[in-house]
Amino acid sequence: MHFKTTVAGLLAATMLAGAGAAQAETLRLLTWGSYAPEDLIEKFEKEYPDIEVEVTFSNNEEMIAKLRATGGAGFDLAQPSHDRIYAAQLEYDIYKPLDLSKIDTSVMEAKLLDGVKANTTIEGEVYAVPHQWGTSGLMADKTKAPNLKSWADLCNPEYQGKTSMRLKRTILLGTAFSMGEDPFAAYSDLEKYQGILDKVADKLIECKANIKAYWNSGDDLSAMMLSGEIVGSETWDSTAYKLFDQNENIVFVPPKEGALAWIDTFALPRKGKADDAAYKWINFVLRPENVTAMSSSTGAIAAVKGGQDLLPEDKKAAVNAAFTPEDIDNLKFFANIPPGVEDMEGRTLEKIKAATGG
Amino acid sequence: MQNKDIKRLSLFLLFAPFALWIILLIILPHIGMVILSLKEKVAPRVYEYSFANYLEFLNEPIYWNTLLRTGSMSLLVTALALLIGFPIAYYIAKIAGPRSRGGLFLLCLIPLWVSDLIRAFGWILLLRETGVISNFLQWTGLVGAPVEFLYNDVAVIIGLTYTVILFMIVPLVSTLDGMDNSMIEAGYNLGGNGFTVLRRIIVPYAMPGIVAGCIVTFMLTAGSYLTPILLGGKNSSWFTEQIYNQFITRFNWEGGAAFGMLLLLFTSLVIWLGLKLSGQTLANTVAKS
Amino acid sequence: MTDNSTYDLEAIGVSKNFGTFRAVKEVSFDIPSGSFFSILGPSGCGKTTLMRMIAGFEEPSGGDIKIKGKSVLGTPPNKRNVKMVFQHLALFPMMNVYENIAYGLRCNGVGTAEIKRKVQDVLDRIALPDVAEREIHQLSGGQKQRIAIARCMVLDPDVLLLDEPLGALDLKLREAMKIELKLLQHQFNTTFVYITHDQSEALVMSDNVAIMNQGEFEQIGTPQDLYHHPKTAFVAGFVGDSNRWSGVVKASDGTGGKVETEQGLPMSFSSAGKQAIQEGSRVTIFVRPEFIKTVRPSEAESTAEAGDNRMEGVVDSLLFNGANSRVLVRTGSGELVESDVTLTGDNDLKPGEDVQLVWSSRQAMCFADQGSA
Repeated sequence: MHFKTTVAGLLAATMLAGAGAAQAETLRLLTWGSYAPEDLIEKFEKEYPDIEVEVTFSNNEEMIAKLRATGGAGFDLAQPSHDRIYAAQLEYDIYKPLDLSKIDTSVMEAKLLDGVKANTTIEGEVYAVPHQWGTSGLMADKTKAPNLKSWADLCNPEYQGKTSMRLKRTILLGTAFSMGEDPFAAYSDLEKYQGILDKVADKLIECKANIKAYWNSGDDLSAMMLSGEIVGSETWDSTAYKLFDQNENIVFVPPKEGALAWIDTFALPRKGKADDAAYKWINFVLRPENVTAMSSSTGAIAAVKGGQDLLPEDKKAAVNAAFTPEDIDNLKFFANIPPGVEDMEGRTLEKIKAATGG
Repeated sequence: MQNKDIKRLSLFLLFAPFALWIILLIILPHIGMVILSLKEKVAPRVYEYSFANYLEFLNEPIYWNTLLRTGSMSLLVTALALLIGFPIAYYIAKIAGPRSRGGLFLLCLIPLWVSDLIRAFGWILLLRETGVISNFLQWTGLVGAPVEFLYNDVAVIIGLTYTVILFMIVPLVSTLDGMDNSMIEAGYNLGGNGFTVLRRIIVPYAMPGIVAGCIVTFMLTAGSYLTPILLGGKNSSWFTEQIYNQFITRFNWEGGAAFGMLLLLFTSLVIWLGLKLSGQTLANTVAKS
Repeated sequence: MTDNSTYDLEAIGVSKNFGTFRAVKEVSFDIPSGSFFSILGPSGCGKTTLMRMIAGFEEPSGGDIKIKGKSVLGTPPNKRNVKMVFQHLALFPMMNVYENIAYGLRCNGVGTAEIKRKVQDVLDRIALPDVAEREIHQLSGGQKQRIAIARCMVLDPDVLLLDEPLGALDLKLREAMKIELKLLQHQFNTTFVYITHDQSEALVMSDNVAIMNQGEFEQIGTPQDLYHHPKTAFVAGFVGDSNRWSGVVKASDGTGGKVETEQGLPMSFSSAGKQAIQEGSRVTIFVRPEFIKTVRPSEAESTAEAGDNRMEGVVDSLLFNGANSRVLVRTGSGELVESDVTLTGDNDLKPGEDVQLVWSSRQAMCFADQGSA
């Protein structure tokens, strides 16, 4: 009975909220946690008093799932990573093309803009432009794991029970690189890619005994790292930078195979209703004075010219402690995921999780 | 005649929200799930009707192993919840005074006021290698080095039992409360010892409550997601996690829908077996409490 | 000790305190084998507590309880050969009749064949030979009653305790069960201890009755004894109906004398309960309705020998109840006096008639009021 009333109440509340929101123009953002800091939203709403910003935090997979469920309705601006747009659009038709004339692309780092455009152009239409970029790599406590340099080192018996990883596609790709394969090149030949995945699965199953636990969120990773329960892990760079703030021994380590670089983008859901507001938001957050505020919240580097210099001081220090210019050159940008690869990878991840390796 | 019409109308109006709730939130989504689960993707944006998703489940040991694992661990959690919950319920219903009864009930309810997530984090704080219990054991000198209690099946079972035990206690208290104390006294008076009275009188009398509690806790446990994910170790997959992976990581909604239906069928089967074995019916257990 | 063994149940100075409240105060009694003993008292008098101590559900604060001459203090309830029929019977609803009766036998480790024989035997004795396979909810109230007794009797107890088991029955069934209980007790020849607040149940069935009030036994005796020779004012008032007057003794020779009632009427009495009544003490006088004759003034002379107490009055109303009919007479001082009357349907008393009430001083039981004696 209780449950029923709660559900009814929730329903009523959402209906009311929906009705109320329809009055003023609302910009419904579907983005990553920390990609819409309070102070920037306030500033934006002050500048455009008739726009109200509503934020839903999510991740790549859930963004696609949410938009797929509604055929691209319910949100006005989404921020998937550059490699997750092409296949999703082909398969589920959830985005609409951008009107590049409404976006101030001149401020964007040309290399990143061209890269994203190349990745997300379908039938001559561009579906995304870059917002922020960052890397996935390794994190280590310098004093306890000075030799953690490669993806493969997570499985090094030297750190028995003291390492962690997230059981998602990043570690599959990283491990593939560490085994001398180029998974991105194999995307065009899925049979070959399956072969790589099988080898990676064997390696990671063997590695299970070495792992303390798979982390699920930045929070549990941070807790394990700060408490010293683990000495090294696969990580997002932003998480590592945050920990660097609290403990200077914890640094981001770009693996010698090259850190995996992602670019989070701006894309318009197909049934979005506030395109103008969305364009306004895009231009707003790309302004230099707002870039620093955004980066200080996300820990990622803005895809604008001189983005690295616009980082807040503490982040700049963390990045400089982590990257040499060679590391930057060595970055491996995630390649577009062709249809079907997610399913193959998901199956591999299930196999690893279910295996009783250790 | 008019009176009858008014009666019928008011009955309809009273029933309407309930019927709407059932149809909109239970029946329609499940029909949708069944249809979705019978689709097979043959090419991008092209689907065909087939049983491929169900066959996939049968052909992949990982899936049915996970389902069996989820089922057996859920049964274990249900049994633990019963073993721990029964004495608590008995104390609340039969031994505690009427005044402390409310307080005790409230104590059992308090954990429900925080979300699953917070409760799981509570256990993480206690059980982790650098957590409260490990530190306490080191402080007492019982162990020399930090001990990891987290990330294993025991932690999952503890966390789940803690989460669901209230749903065992509530129906038990309500059936035991309805039991005349003289029934227990008669059991002793006629020569039974404590064990006989428990086995032959209290447990049979409380059977509807026991079965109701077991059904609810089993369903909640088998369908839980957060606790097994957060407390579980490297090898501990839970079937709901498989469903999530199908839907979210693999974008395989058809497979996820099939898995969802399989979980529903599986739990229904276990409950049907349980009812058969205990000689109870849904009407005199769950419906009553 | 050999002497004691003729008693199935003895209580020696048994007390029970709940905190500062004394529920049972130093109660002593002994019950001969095979008799029907009732404990009669108003609710809250401590009789249930006393019975629970006998059954072993409460431990006495003081005193001793012996069954067949052996103290049972410290013996848990399931080791005492005292069985109990509960107020609401407490039959086990999840077992059928057979299982209910077999339960105690199983607890005692009796073999299956023996159980079968004993259960059938006891069902025959309570004249319900065919109900073994029935569920409890299929039985009538009276049948449940008998099954509850059978469930205890099959264990051959030294003493059977019955806690107001007739309370839940309707009037007609209750009357029938009274007789039946008495017959069952004769048949089983087991000591029955029967707890009740209903005096008619106690008087009809019992060999001996104990009247309990405020945790103490006021009097133990046969029903006739209690009715005709109450030892205390409480017993006189509690057992049977009485007309009651309060007054001050004007003249007394110790066993009888004269009283002036509060209404200022003179009255002769005889002292009850072997008390010596002092002149000037405040007393209460009880006169049972059946000992008061109501006569028309014209017939008064013929009843001269019937009593030395007389009162004038007017018939207020007639309470017709067949052989138990009564008349209410309003006396000159305004009080109502109840008197038994035989109504024949021919030339009976009518409301408004002048009458005289006549009774003997021997039937006027006088008790000195507590505190003034």
